Amino acid sequence: MLRRLHPIQPEAFVFSNKNKAWANEQIKKFPKGRQASAIIPLLWRAQEQEGWLSRPAIEYVADFLGMNYIRALEVATFYFMYHLKPVGSIAHVQVCGTTSCMICGSENLMDICKELISVEQNTVSEDGKFSWEEVECLGACSNAPMIQIGKDYYEDLNAESFKNIIETFRSGKIPRPGSQTGRYSSEPLKGLTSLKDYESDKNQFNASVQLADSFGDTVKKINPNKIKNTAVVKE
Amino acid sequence: MTNLRKIIIDDTEVEVDPAMTLIQACEEVGIEIPRFCYHERLSIAGNCRMCLVEVVGGPPKPSASCAMQVKDLRPGPEGQPPVIKTNSPMVRKAREGVMEFLLINHPLDCPICDQGGECDLQDQAMAYGADFSRYREPKRANEDLDLGPLVETHMTRCISCTRCVRFTTEVAGISQMGQTGRGEDAEITSYLGQTLNSNMQGNIIDLCPVGALVSKPYAFTARSWELNKTESIDVMDSLGANIRIDTKGREVMRILPRNHDGINEEWISDKTRFVWDGLRLQRLDTPYIRDDGKLRKASWAEAIDFAVKNMRDKKLGAIVGDLNSVEAAFALKTLVNSLDGIIECRVDGIDFPPKNRSAYVGNVSIEEIDDAKEIIIIGANPANDSPVLNSRIRKAWLNGCKVSLIGDEIDLTFDYNYLGADRDCLDKVALSKDSIVIVGVGALSDGDVPGILAKCMSISSRMLVLHASAGRVGALDVGCVTEGGLKTLLDGAEVILNLGADEISIEEGPFVIYQGSHGDRGAHRADIIFPSAAYTEEDGIFVNTEGRPQLALRAGFPPGEAKENWAIIRALSGALGKSLPYDTLSELRKNLFETVPHLGKLDIVPENEREVINVTKIKNKNINCDEIDFYRSNPIVRASKVMAKLSALNKIKEVKRL
Repeated sequence: MLRRLHPIQPEAFVFSNKNKAWANEQIKKFPKGRQASAIIPLLWRAQEQEGWLSRPAIEYVADFLGMNYIRALEVATFYFMYHLKPVGSIAHVQVCGTTSCMICGSENLMDICKELISVEQNTVSEDGKFSWEEVECLGACSNAPMIQIGKDYYEDLNAESFKNIIETFRSGKIPRPGSQTGRYSSEPLKGLTSLKDYESDKNQFNASVQLADSFGDTVKKINPNKIKNTAVVKE
Repeated sequence: MTNLRKIIIDDTEVEVDPAMTLIQACEEVGIEIPRFCYHERLSIAGNCRMCLVEVVGGPPKPSASCAMQVKDLRPGPEGQPPVIKTNSPMVRKAREGVMEFLLINHPLDCPICDQGGECDLQDQAMAYGADFSRYREPKRANEDLDLGPLVETHMTRCISCTRCVRFTTEVAGISQMGQTGRGEDAEITSYLGQTLNSNMQGNIIDLCPVGALVSKPYAFTARSWELNKTESIDVMDSLGANIRIDTKGREVMRILPRNHDGINEEWISDKTRFVWDGLRLQRLDTPYIRDDGKLRKASWAEAIDFAVKNMRDKKLGAIVGDLNSVEAAFALKTLVNSLDGIIECRVDGIDFPPKNRSAYVGNVSIEEIDDAKEIIIIGANPANDSPVLNSRIRKAWLNGCKVSLIGDEIDLTFDYNYLGADRDCLDKVALSKDSIVIVGVGALSDGDVPGILAKCMSISSRMLVLHASAGRVGALDVGCVTEGGLKTLLDGAEVILNLGADEISIEEGPFVIYQGSHGDRGAHRADIIFPSAAYTEEDGIFVNTEGRPQLALRAGFPPGEAKENWAIIRALSGALGKSLPYDTLSELRKNLFETVPHLGKLDIVPENEREVINVTKIKNKNINCDEIDFYRSNPIVRASKVMAKLSALNKIKEVKRL
């Protein structure tokens, strides 16, 4: 896929104060003079702040790290995780299309994306709320087919549950991530066959869903003002 | 070279430095490994995979010899030396595979490609290419970049070796080029379509192993095999870069660099490379005589008679210009001496002490810059005066050399410690005694040459003077100087014999005979014009800024009636009845070498005994770099259309920056 900057670009980009503090901490992980090594996390943070990587964002990050713009552009165009085009304001749906998911029906999910969001991938829907793309294996093969939105996985999908998720988003509510068929995580469909001793004292949801649920705000997890810093920040 | 390691390359045992890469070790035993991305003066990328070799006992796959060092090799089970095979079936198969992949997306347009005939891919496909293609899918096509008026791009031909990216980043010091995207969509681009902002960019044409980057001015004008190649010396700046002049018939078609580790490595500046269209335009091809205020064509006999008539019993002053060979300057000086005239080569008014070679040349060779720990640049802008030298300083800087600068704050493509533009800065400089001082003509242009030079020599025992023109050191070596400099000469002379000095203005009054190659400022003021050869059209010795005499060879003949410079002076001397004591260039050289012995030792930098100057006067003025328009600095570049375009583009860029 040829990756170029989007023709329509915003005027400017700056890190929010919280992100700036976070970025400065990231830079400290690297020896002096090697701060350019922090390019990947910083670009990622810039993308989380805006949803996609604009030219001003790339240049801002390059300036932040004292790099040449072209070096930052090289990184941004290399990794597919960086969106160089605008994404939906509510959700950018990443549908896994690799073997397990494909066998279990990811093509149906993509048809629904084409119907409900946009015919072309990486294109914002007419109402501006959604966009979608097919991605390579996200590593949740036992819960195929699945999608990723923001930082959350929605697993064990079928056409109906997937439509539900999109409709819930559209109505402004937040669907619960994780398995949509009530599976706890990736255990066999008919329940655990081993390690049953630990079943009694488990949480209501698995750790990932539990965390998302505790935020109560799954998609907004990409909003920096609502996330806890996962990196160790020494104040 | 301690701890040499013994390795066996194709049954040849060799002891090499363990820090060497395998490709270098193979070169030691005379085996040339095919390569595209590897270049010995650039960092190692290891992405073309053409240089694969088999390491016996190593991993069961071929290794990239450009990226593997000798010390990475493991000895055999009983401590036998490691064995490398460069021609085994495994290697051959691997290279054929690499070649097949490279050719998948490479267009078959060799017949219309300017690189055809001197293309690395073409040559290596002869050895490793298949005669058919298994590829049935559509080929990749790329958008061409606009890199400016010098480098033409055909990006579909690109094999992504990234040599151009590495060169522009590491040597030229610009940050526009890079490789974006990945996999099949990886493309060499300049940042968002910027043009290259460097006067070293022409080198990426040579570096490109395929026809993706080719010369725009040279495009579709000649094939490499129909060109006559002449090894020569460049005169566009004082560095004396080694060049190869390619001619077709009588026209210079292009200029390429030659390798010389002591001077230009293998780079040349854009002025050197693209000046050749200036050799065809504005040429003086017949003698002229001024009749009733107007110049008219004349024959040689007429012009020389007219000159003799006007020179008889008059006070003669001769001026040696910027682009003259030592021979021409020497012949002119001999003639002037026999007529009791005066001669001057310091046309920019910088009166270098003529006898003190350690002051007007210095005592450091260019090669020593590589190992310098500290360099101080005083009143020079090497990025403009001599871009290749600047890249050399940049190389030292990359190796940890500290660079300081006194003079105007300029863009050298690297960071330096700015000390100010004040003369007092010279007193405050505290450098180690073996640091290198590079003095430019900008520092000396305020008239206090001995004062500044004395200061510079006191900073460190190693000094290099960066001259502004190619002919200056040679003319100083043969002693084309007059007490009092150019001013004395212009005041006193009734007849001025101007040998290619176009940067000066001669007031009304004296009778001016101009001898030169181009119809420029000097020719406009002339009463007689003797058309002469340009630097590509005559043999001549040039002494570069470090004092190294080098022989430039003739690549073609001068146009029309124009003659070689020394021959014109010889003919004039005969007509004046003061025949010079030589009839051939070799006799002239014999005379020259007897007078100035070090000029006879070609390509050797003479050691100059350090003579400290006693300061006579000290002025208090700022040190500036001379603001020379890089692309307008001599009559040949002023005649060039390409240079005019570049100069105009530079002006636009400057305005934008302001």
